[in-house]
Amino acid sequence: MMLVEQHQAAMLRIARMYVSSYAVAEEVVQEAWLGVVKGVDRFEGRSSLRTWMYRIVANKAKTKGAAERRSLPFSSLAGEDEPNPGVDAAWFQDADDQAPGAWRTLPWDWTGVPEDRLLGTETLRQVGRAIETLPPMQAQVIRLRDVLGWSSEEVCNALDLSETNQRVLLHRARTSVRRELDDYLRAGSEDR
Amino acid sequence: MSERGLTCHEVIDILTEYFEDALPAEERRRVEEHLAGCDGCTAYLETMRETVRVTGMLTEEQIPVEQKEQLLEAFRDWTRPETSP
Repeated sequence: MMLVEQHQAAMLRIARMYVSSYAVAEEVVQEAWLGVVKGVDRFEGRSSLRTWMYRIVANKAKTKGAAERRSLPFSSLAGEDEPNPGVDAAWFQDADDQAPGAWRTLPWDWTGVPEDRLLGTETLRQVGRAIETLPPMQAQVIRLRDVLGWSSEEVCNALDLSETNQRVLLHRARTSVRRELDDYLRAGSEDR
Repeated sequence: MSERGLTCHEVIDILTEYFEDALPAEERRRVEEHLAGCDGCTAYLETMRETVRVTGMLTEEQIPVEQKEQLLEAFRDWTRPETSP
């Protein structure tokens, strides 16, 4: 069951983006696995097996989501409704200040953070938590790109996103995670 | 002919496009020009790079046991009719 173990979590997340609950996402993933097993003879190797499998999940989840008549629009899954929470407009000078758009106070520099703290278990836990709280599409894109190391092309294919949308989602996700990480590391360094 | 340089806020907003090499050459040059003279944006850019590096250290969580069992169950259900001639 290596194949299942490797892909189950990622498939659940893809499904979860289109349907109303985790339980429904689980149903979709089960159906998708059956689709994979039944259809594997027809897999022509034009894409990677993973891309092909994740497309099956995305397609099944989309159909299911439509059937559920889900009212949540893409914009809310993507977090487009809110301004980018990772960047605070107050960091920058206003139009009537001396240098509009320039830093008011310089960002905190992480070069003094020791490596074992930056990559420590507790820091990683914070990052994981920060990703969990992102809007679903942002969370999915940052997981695939930065945790699993997929290329932007693979992510666009699997999630049916344009290059631009994919980049906007990644930018917002990374910016929010950076902000959380900055708060966490800064609090830790003040304790010392 | 002089053009207005990018502001810090503008640079921060297009950093991912810069990382992903998605900026037109001219825009990329303006970002680099700005970074060369701005300690604040250079520090921020480094924290973004570090964020990507730290995120890359996370591992996918394990699939919870009960889901795995449900899945095995689904496979068994599916293969049963196929095995009878």
